[in-house]
Order: sequence, then C-alpha cells, then structure tokens
Amino acid sequence: MNPLEKLESEQKSETAPALVIDSLASIRDMVSACIQCGTCTGSCPNAFAMDLTPRQLWYNVLRGEKETIFHSKTFSLCSVCYYCTLRCPRGLPLTEAMSALKQIAAKENLAPYKKSTRFYKSFLESVYRHGRVREMELMTLYFISMKNPFLPLQFAPLGIKLMGKGKISFEIPSKGNGALKAIFRKVEELEQN
Amino acid sequence: MKYLYYPGCSLEGTALEYNSSTRTFMQELGAELIELEDWTCCGASAAEATSHLLSLALPALVLAKAENMDGVKEILVPCSACYLNLKKVEEKIRKDRELLDQINIILAEEKLNLRGQMKVRHLLDVVANDVGSKKIFARVKKPLTDLIIAPYYGCQCLRPYSIFDDPEDPCSMEGIIKASGANIHQWNMGGRCCGASHMTTKPEVALELVAAILKMARGADAIVTVCPMCQMNLEAYQKKISGMCKEDLSMPILYLPQFLGLALGLSEQDLRLDMNLSFTKAFRNKVLS
Repeated sequence: MNPLEKLESEQKSETAPALVIDSLASIRDMVSACIQCGTCTGSCPNAFAMDLTPRQLWYNVLRGEKETIFHSKTFSLCSVCYYCTLRCPRGLPLTEAMSALKQIAAKENLAPYKKSTRFYKSFLESVYRHGRVREMELMTLYFISMKNPFLPLQFAPLGIKLMGKGKISFEIPSKGNGALKAIFRKVEELEQN
Repeated sequence: MKYLYYPGCSLEGTALEYNSSTRTFMQELGAELIELEDWTCCGASAAEATSHLLSLALPALVLAKAENMDGVKEILVPCSACYLNLKKVEEKIRKDRELLDQINIILAEEKLNLRGQMKVRHLLDVVANDVGSKKIFARVKKPLTDLIIAPYYGCQCLRPYSIFDDPEDPCSMEGIIKASGANIHQWNMGGRCCGASHMTTKPEVALELVAAILKMARGADAIVTVCPMCQMNLEAYQKKISGMCKEDLSMPILYLPQFLGLALGLSEQDLRLDMNLSFTKAFRNKVLS
C-alpha cells in the first residue's frame, strides 16, 4: 500500500485522522516563521541524497502538502546532526521538526519508511524488555521484522569481526523482565489523550 | 573530582574499550567515578524517531535515579548520543515547568520524581576543563611527539547546545592532545556528521559521509573520537570505503581516553587497544615501540 492510501485508510479509522492532522499542524507551527532562505539545505550533510531539499520540505509543510511530504524520503534522511537548527537565522527547531515527521511515519507505519521505522522499533523493543538495549538482540529483531532472509548476510562480515573481538555474542532474543513496561505504557496513555 | 558515571548501553557492548579506557584514564588522574545504580537506556536516536514524549521520559528516568544518589551533582557521560538526550531534558525542564510536571506523571510509575538538580557533563568537557591540559602534561610518561592526530568531535556533543565548545569550529580537544606531545592535523571535518544509524538502514548515504571524513584525514596518523557511534562508523567500513574510492583510506581510530592513556603510559590491556577494529601495525610500532 502506498503511503497515501495508508494515510487515507487510517483516516477512516477512529484515532488516526486527528493524529495526522494535529501532528502536521503542530509541525507547521514549528516552521511557520521560515523565510525559505535555504540555510538548512546548504548545511545538511545528507541533502545530496534527498529528493526534496530541506527548504522544499518546509515549503510543503507550510502548505500542508501531505502527499508530497510523505512520498519524499527527505525527513527519513535526517541524521540528527543539528547543523540546520544551529544555523537557521529564524532560530527554528528544524531537527525536532524532522523528528516529528519521523514520528508520524512510525505511528502510521508508512511503507516507504519501513526500514528505518522497524530498526527504531526493534531498538525500543529490546529496551522495553530489558531496560537496556542488547545490540545483538536489536539486530536479530530487526532482521525478523524485515522478513528478508538475505538481509543478515549484509551484516555478517561486521558481525563476525565484532564477535571475534568479543564485543557481541550470540544471543537469542528473550522476553526479559519488562523493566520499562510501566514507563512505556504511561507514555502511550498520555499520548492518546 | 567526583562524578556519577552513566556508561550507556554501547559501552557494555560494541564500545567496551571506551568504557575500560575512560575508567582507567579518569582513575589515573585522580577522579572518582560512581556508576549510576540500575541505570536504563536513554532512548538513543530510536525514541526520538518514534515518540517525542518517550524520547524525554527515558533520559528523565536516568536523571531522576541520578538525583537520588547522595552527594554527587554532576553526571559524566562518555557517549555523545546519551549525553545529548540527558542534556536535552536538563535544558528543557529548566524552561518548561509544564513539561516537567508531565514527565513526573510518567516517572511516578516508578515512584520517582525529577527535580532538575543534576548537571550533565560530556567526558570531553570534563577532560578538557576539569582535568585540563596542564594536569595531563604533567603526567605524561611517554610523549607522543611523532604523531599527527585528527580530532573528531562528531555532532551531538557540540550541537544544538553550545556548552563547552564552539559548535561550528570545535577546538576543545586540541589543547589536551597537544599536552600528550602530539601534533594536530588541521582539517575542517571535526564537527561533521558520520551518518549515525544511517549506516544500518541507509548505508549508501552514510558510506559517502565517512569516505569524505577519511579522505580529509589523509596525512594524520590517527583519528581520535568521543562517541561510540562515530567510532564504529569511522573504523568498521574502511575496507569497503577504500574499495569504493579506489585508494587505501585505512586509518587507526582511537577513543580519546585510549589515546591520552597511551601518553600517560597506561597499559595496552587497560586501554583495551586489542578491541579496536583499525589499529594498524604501523601505528602500533609508532606508539608502542
């Protein structure tokens, strides 16, 4: 399903429409003073790989063009280096706005961003279970979630190197003691209200 | 010098040598590190990419536990991602009481309450400012005068908060590296991004960023880092990047306390140089002969 169909279908369900519209509105507020100067684009180390430049992305956010925004890979390419936030002449929280777009993509499980989203969710799953991330478990959960039997092979050379150094060890994912269960649950509860 | 110590998850796994060398180095300089009891993950970059509130609640939980430990008011963090997550909460709750109230509703689940009394310090800040180059210089047993070192700061210890260095033109490592006797490799890549977790999900992008950094480091004997993510990205893919660029870009990458520890004459075992992925023979001969 393409991201838009996904968005549309979610909007028919009970909670999603408010979430997407509210979230986009609050991101628009974050960048409402944007003067389209392009300092963010000139400062972004990942701009070379983006389909929309950061400046173009903010233009679309200001116009509420959710189709364009969620067809673009731009926000998922933000590596959170904070150069744009540091240099924005209007002092806008641009890195936070990028993250807010990632949060919508994660909450809505939008297809074009599934690699990043599944990686982040696998990370948090491990933290949820044990209180701390277990790096080998994180990667195993990520491979399982991606359902691609060839994916682990890409990481095998590094994995073998790290194992040889005794930095990681084979670890079968386990349920853990649910160390952060209460915190995660409360956050979710507050976010729904 | 007495600090609470928050190692963070990486320092128990892929960055074990950062943990070991930080403890050894700080002990040698007379600092006491008290590990935070029962610490939990700060959320890294994953929480921020999925839930804004969770990305504040996880580091807030760490800080609330820290406040409960008596007699220490500063928490020392070697990982730049952990540092920024904790620092962000410290900064935000100072200006936003409403946010603090909301965070405390969450922390009440663990019977904890955050007051905002803990000062978050990056290892580099502490080494450059609390320890300082004079003290390091006085302890040097093995001056590393033959070496040219490229200081690499990465992003998150510098930005968005300018706490201890210039976020555009960082220099806090220069004095302490010079104190070891080594020379500084002049470059403008010290604060550039290594691609962070893109290396896992978008390697084609991150490899380009690391390639640019390694190319500009030509002429240096080693790059020194202060973040587990930077360290991994710079050291683990050198063969691949050399192939990509059709030139040998291999370069030893060391954590700052490993490098300074060498000058202080600390043992290779304590600094865990055996765990580095790019410790070349030529470099070993230069520093350990």
